[in-house]
Amino acid sequence: MATRLAPKELMKQPERLAPGHRLCAGCGASIVVRQMLAAIDEPVVISNATGCLEVATTIYPYTSWRVPWIHNAFENSASTISGVEAAYRSLVRQGKMEEKDVKFIGFGGDGGTYDIGLQALSGAVERGHQMLYVCYDNGAYMNTGIQRSSATPFGAHTTTSPAGKKIPGKQQFRKDLTRIMAAHDIPYVGQAAPSKWRDLMEKTRKAVNCGGPAFMNVLSSCNRGWRHATDETLEITQLGVDTCYWPLYEVEDGEWRLTYKPREKLPIEEWLKRQGRFRHLFKPQNRHLIDEKQEEIDRKWEELLERCGEA
Amino acid sequence: MSKLEALTGNAAVANAMRQINPDVVAAYPITPQTSTVQTFSEFVADGLVDTEFVTVESEHSAMSACVGASAAGARVMTATSANGLALMWEIVYIAASNRCPIVMSLVNRALSAPINIHCDHSDVMGMRDSGWIILMSENGQEAYDSMVQAVRIGEHPDVLLPVAVCQDGFITSHALERVELLEDEEVQDFIGTYAPQWSLLDLDNPKTYGPLDFYDYYYEHKRQQVEAMENAHGVIAEIADEFGKKFGRSYGYLEEYRMDDADVVVVAANSTAGTARTAVDDLRDEGLKVGLLKLRVFRPFPAKELAEALSSAEAIAVLDRSISFGSMDNSGPLFTELAAALALQGVNVPIADYVYGLGGRDIAPGEIERVYRETLEMAETGESRGVTYLGVRE
Amino acid sequence: MSELKGWKEIPIGGMILDAGNSVEYDTGDWRAFRPVFGEAECINCFQCWLNCPDSSILVDTEKEEMVGFDLKHCKGCGICASVCPVNAKVKKKAEDELEKDEASLCIRIIEEGKLQEAGYE
Repeated sequence: MATRLAPKELMKQPERLAPGHRLCAGCGASIVVRQMLAAIDEPVVISNATGCLEVATTIYPYTSWRVPWIHNAFENSASTISGVEAAYRSLVRQGKMEEKDVKFIGFGGDGGTYDIGLQALSGAVERGHQMLYVCYDNGAYMNTGIQRSSATPFGAHTTTSPAGKKIPGKQQFRKDLTRIMAAHDIPYVGQAAPSKWRDLMEKTRKAVNCGGPAFMNVLSSCNRGWRHATDETLEITQLGVDTCYWPLYEVEDGEWRLTYKPREKLPIEEWLKRQGRFRHLFKPQNRHLIDEKQEEIDRKWEELLERCGEA
Repeated sequence: MSKLEALTGNAAVANAMRQINPDVVAAYPITPQTSTVQTFSEFVADGLVDTEFVTVESEHSAMSACVGASAAGARVMTATSANGLALMWEIVYIAASNRCPIVMSLVNRALSAPINIHCDHSDVMGMRDSGWIILMSENGQEAYDSMVQAVRIGEHPDVLLPVAVCQDGFITSHALERVELLEDEEVQDFIGTYAPQWSLLDLDNPKTYGPLDFYDYYYEHKRQQVEAMENAHGVIAEIADEFGKKFGRSYGYLEEYRMDDADVVVVAANSTAGTARTAVDDLRDEGLKVGLLKLRVFRPFPAKELAEALSSAEAIAVLDRSISFGSMDNSGPLFTELAAALALQGVNVPIADYVYGLGGRDIAPGEIERVYRETLEMAETGESRGVTYLGVRE
Repeated sequence: MSELKGWKEIPIGGMILDAGNSVEYDTGDWRAFRPVFGEAECINCFQCWLNCPDSSILVDTEKEEMVGFDLKHCKGCGICASVCPVNAKVKKKAEDELEKDEASLCIRIIEEGKLQEAGYE
């Protein structure tokens, strides 16, 4: 029987990510990984795109992974795990290996997923591999020093979209990758956040048991890039959820479902004002950008409500 | 019992793949390799192999999936050409560095631009420092035989490196020729089962593949690759020897043709060796002492064997089917390596380079005869010449 | 730091065979702040365990108790205190906003330099 999704039960399971990794204090990525892996009882095999999570957890001769793990390159976490899964299926089919209901998971940050790895991800899920691809989305290339990606929110300051005298941070709205993945018509797509751990864990379980390719997009704070205190990680993540910047929903066999509806949808300012990367937006000459951002969030939220039959 | 068939070079390779029956093949179509994977996919569709055929969305993903599958303990193969190999580039290095014994059929084609689908060796020459073992083939038969041997070479515990088996795009990949196929069981017996010492799918003994090295360990991991490449040198000969004894076709690092008393030797690789053989015969009929040295193993580079084979020549010409732009004399990569090898081995023979056949430009026996005649003149003068771009219009 | 090994002594291809050996690596010395138990009693909800980015909450799986902090690895981010529902309750009851090192909390976050002053160590 599956372990009950209660911390008291989960903490009895073996810890799959060992301490001693060198992610920054308060990093969201390792929280996401720990929660997701704790939700899976079956054996897992992981591929990891180049990025903070990969670099900081496997500085030779140390590894934090107590599960089989492979890093290949930046843009190919999805194709790498698809190869591992193909090998498994082949070996099992030929009787060269015992079948063990192994769960194959690819991890990548937003740079490795939204940008450079999008083609490999699209190809891998189209081919129907039994794999879960997880994007831990912290909204920039944090590992190389906070450069903008197509996941970076509108108006954010990054080192390649700096808030300058003329241009106030990133000029484009972010790519909606979750919807792009839903458009692949794969069995499971979910958007989640570690501040709602049960929701994240339930989605993880559905994803690895959907019988085909699954994708999850998980909001993951980077306090160095977002500019907040190390202990505010989950609080600010939840503000992202409650302002509907990051709605929690899933698309299961084409059925869209909102999995969390904020009791009160907070204005986006509540999320922005807590992060240094948006500080410049509060200058009088930039306030209109907050309004634009709010409009965009409202528009997308309404659209999502409609898709989920909640409108 | 082997059987004779009329097959294109690509079909011969596809048949080798069928008989090898790899666990995973990941490949993407690209001319002139495409017909290999097309033929192989028919074998998959007809249930003639157990292979999981991963029809990736790019060559980059082909090599990425191969690395994943190989780390997972599977016997893995792929095929590509030119731009496809170039797109794989990053992962070509990773495959070797992660010590994945992947076997690749590389059907040589010119790199863009301008885009050109025909044969030259600019694709494979670019991977010469990547850590792959590289075997060259004159024809479909050699490509077939080397594919079978490549599995053993790459998987050898002292080697564990990927192997590329080259043949010339269109010239041999699409030419029908007589190919002697081994029996399926003979191939299976020869290659044996693959029992990797480590596997990502060993769930009880989890391992980390592809970690981050700083300056404290990267160099040691590279040194290990040198060792593997050095070991490959011996292993290639052992396996060729075993192959020769079992099946009667012998292979080495080099193949000598009428070299015994030759004053002048041309060094060539892949299909041009066949054309050169005709030229040698014609010139020998005229009483000229000419010979041919065909290079089969490009990586690891058989420097000592080359020097030994060439030590009694009076002049040498190299046929290079690619240019190493900006290199010494803007010559071809084979020439620069051979010249360096000879110098280091103390073989002081005048040497010239002939770049030819770029983008599929035909080379006729007459042109190779010209090479021989000029090289005979060089033997007289005793002075090395630089590069000649054979067959280019002024 | 382990002694540096030669190329003949390490597995090929960069493989690491000793899964989870990063436990041998000390990240505790990054810490400027330290989590410690305060006066309010822990209710063993394991929220801190669930949300710790450094797998550094020590638990007794048999007694089902949270027993402390793995100071060899804890980087002092303070997330354990921020997600602690007992802390939230104490803060709610208090009239003024509480400091993170307030003694009445369940998990206190204290500057490493002020531990002695606070009666720890």
